[in-house]
Amino acid sequence: MVAVHNRHITNKHRFIGFFLIGLVVYILSNIVDEWRAYQGATVAVFVVAIASVILLTGYSGQISLGHGALLAVGAYTAALTQIYFSAPIWICFAAAVIMTALVGAILGTAAARLSGPYLAGTTLAFAVGLPSIANQFSILGGEQGISFDAGWPPLSLGESFTQYKWFLWIATLTALISMWWVQNILRSRYGRSWRALKSNEVAAEICGITIGRSKVLAFTVSAGIAGLSGALLAMTMNNVSPSSFPLALSFFIATGAVLSGVSTLGGVMIGSVALVAIPLIATSASDRWSGSQSLATVLPDFIVSALLILTVFLAPKGPIEKLRSRHSK
Amino acid sequence: MLRIKNLVVDHGAIRALHGVSISIEKGQLAAVIGANGAGKTTLLRTLSGLNKATDGSAAWGEINILHSKPESLVRYGISHVSEGKSVIPELTVSENLELGALWRRNRKESEKSKKDVVDLFPRLGERLSQRADSLSGGERQMLAIGRSMMAKPQLLLLDEPSLGLAPLVVEQIFQSIRDLTTALGLTVVLVEQNAMGALKIADIGIVLNLGSIAATGSAAALRDDPAVRAAYLGF
Amino acid sequence: MFEFINTLLIGITSGSIYSLMAIAIVLVWRSTRVVNFAAGGVALASTFVGATILESTGSFWIALPIGMLAGAALSSFIEYFFLRPLLKRSGEKTQEIFLPIIATLGILGVIKAVLHFIYGDKIGVISPPLSDKGFIVSGESIALSPLRLMILGVVLALMITLTLIFQRTNLGLSLRAASFAPEISRLSGIRVDAIRTLGWAISGAAGATAGILQTTNGAGSVTPEAFEFSLLLVFGFVAAVIGGIESLVGAVIGGVTLGIILAIILMYVGGSLVFFAAFIILILVLLLRPNGIIGVKGGRRA
Ligand SMILES: Nc1ncnc2c1ncn2[C@@H]1O[C@H](COP(=O)(O)OP(=O)(O)OP(=O)(O)O)[C@@H](O)[C@H]1O
Ligand SMILES: [Mg+2]
Repeated sequence: MVAVHNRHITNKHRFIGFFLIGLVVYILSNIVDEWRAYQGATVAVFVVAIASVILLTGYSGQISLGHGALLAVGAYTAALTQIYFSAPIWICFAAAVIMTALVGAILGTAAARLSGPYLAGTTLAFAVGLPSIANQFSILGGEQGISFDAGWPPLSLGESFTQYKWFLWIATLTALISMWWVQNILRSRYGRSWRALKSNEVAAEICGITIGRSKVLAFTVSAGIAGLSGALLAMTMNNVSPSSFPLALSFFIATGAVLSGVSTLGGVMIGSVALVAIPLIATSASDRWSGSQSLATVLPDFIVSALLILTVFLAPKGPIEKLRSRHSK
Repeated sequence: MLRIKNLVVDHGAIRALHGVSISIEKGQLAAVIGANGAGKTTLLRTLSGLNKATDGSAAWGEINILHSKPESLVRYGISHVSEGKSVIPELTVSENLELGALWRRNRKESEKSKKDVVDLFPRLGERLSQRADSLSGGERQMLAIGRSMMAKPQLLLLDEPSLGLAPLVVEQIFQSIRDLTTALGLTVVLVEQNAMGALKIADIGIVLNLGSIAATGSAAALRDDPAVRAAYLGF
Repeated sequence: MFEFINTLLIGITSGSIYSLMAIAIVLVWRSTRVVNFAAGGVALASTFVGATILESTGSFWIALPIGMLAGAALSSFIEYFFLRPLLKRSGEKTQEIFLPIIATLGILGVIKAVLHFIYGDKIGVISPPLSDKGFIVSGESIALSPLRLMILGVVLALMITLTLIFQRTNLGLSLRAASFAPEISRLSGIRVDAIRTLGWAISGAAGATAGILQTTNGAGSVTPEAFEFSLLLVFGFVAAVIGGIESLVGAVIGGVTLGIILAIILMYVGGSLVFFAAFIILILVLLLRPNGIIGVKGGRRA
């Protein structure tokens, strides 16, 4: 997950990098407690979610303020697949990806004709509108939602193997595999055509890139990945309900993408860790200094928002690019 | 009078003007000609503060204009009609004209100036309440010049008023520019691709080539200069 | 039939408030090409200011204009200290609208947090200045109350004022010119930067009015986390987009249309579909007209 653009890094290096990350997570998972394992799993979920936004916005130049709703599609699909087909968990994940990609293709077809504020408005309305229909259909379980049970860790892993450690493993593995795949697609013909589109639509069209199809494809792929992270999120929460996918979630993911640096995949870890860590740090800080309940509730939002503004001003291309440009000076 | 000394302008890594010095007396009509990319537009945009100069100076009378903001220019009596048909299509013809006189904050004066412009370009008078995007190319150019006249300038910077116009219309526009200059005692910098047409109405001519001055002199002399004829007038 | 007319009345009232929010968003978009989510925060903060004034003076008619002034001040503050430097640096030609959106989201978050710090768990109360009991028509109470009438009156007055400013005054001409063609305006001597700040200020005042009216029309009180304000922001933005994002008339048409359709759905279909309906309306409008009801083809960049 480091330095996607660097031409000197070959697939082999990259593989080693991924392997090392996996190894680190493996070792950590054996040291940390349940709570930390849960947070680790959440980081992995955000990695996937943020990657889906970066792919769409950073690479194909389309804006989405509605990825939270795509996560919801993935989460509900995974849960329904399990409830109605008693499918194993990886089938549920696959179903989530396919279903969300489908929804993304439909949304993307509409989106391909829209630009700027129109696209922002459409995806925003999508983010607000979609989760609310869960209340309308009884199979979606209304406000309470439906459960999604990834199952206990296999007995072969030992008696003391905990639930959240198991989630951490699944989430990390899924995140690593999907990031590998995203990297490859970004380096493929499609990835190149998206980048061409983003920098100049007219020129890209002259070079034979069909704008509409290329944009829809980016939306579809991005949605599929978002759906996967939604399914992972459902797993860590054991449950899927409309209140898990508020508008704030969409904004939260967009925030993570900016903190990571929207224009490169390289920083996704930074944004994800920030999203998970900042609330924790803020809470413990306000506990230590004031113990005020209301401070504890606002401080995380305040810090995330302030950080967001700072990032937009100081490192609009993200922390990784910032470091790189400083190095090359 | 307009004094430009050793003006250097860069667009990022590209140097568009390599130390250009020009002097234009009050009441003169100066034609600036040169091939595409010679730096003509850059010259005007730098004079009006839209581009930043790297080096050099430019003074209009006593005023050093290089470091002033574009919006203060009209207040020094300078008006710039930028390249392309510089009108606002969403506004009516009348509003486009009023825009030019807004800074004077005087409705009566503005109405009077509008009448003068309409006298000059009667075709605008018939279309005052139409949106500017309904105008033809020639009418738009008249509107753009008309708007700058509304500001009652003493120095007029015109960037390719003939762009995309039919020969007959070009002749009309050039004639109006000449008449205005003489009648109001304006000083005019006329940037043109249409070198022959511009040199016909101008008092002096300046030939720009790749960001430097290639030739300068009276317009009549330039028209007769064989080197200039070969390179810029095409015969 | 009676019920339907009542539904329409409810829809028009809430729609007119969405229109104000839409106007707030359109004004900022036109003057600086920024999708301004901070407008929600500005509306919220000015509603709190209004509530504070109302508490100490007891007069809605003092609270409203002061709230509007606060909105104008806060909004221009945001433009001057955040967006202007941001846009200056990224250059005017960039088509990037994502970063400004995110910046305004960040500002929205900061405003909410600051309100939390200041007001803690106190709520801001904007009690209705007039009765919200419906007028009685042939023995039955209709949805039109003195309060609703006042809301419609305020919105209408504001819209007429804005229209007059924009169409009839030199200031309005500068505002329009600067938004359509900043360079030409600059060369005509208009101080475009100042005009942009002014555009944000008017937007802030419109948003403040929307916030205060939304509060009296609804719960009568507001908290920094009020869901109603997220709704106001989302529906205001949706209305602006439906209307074509460039046009004040479009914003009004979009807001009222949205208000009426949502009221009908709320009445006859079910509350849980309201948000989804907003999405569907938006998609339908944009499929038929990708640049909104009053949109200009190609959406020229000003
Ligand atoms: N914004 C810009 N960024 C980078 N380079 C520029 C920019 N504007 C102009 N240039 C370059 O500066 C040089 C001079 O351009 P300029 O527009 O002044 O030429 P011109 O004489 O007006 O040409 P034309 O007759 O085609 O209008 C050209 O090489 C052009 O490519
Ligand atoms: Mg030019």
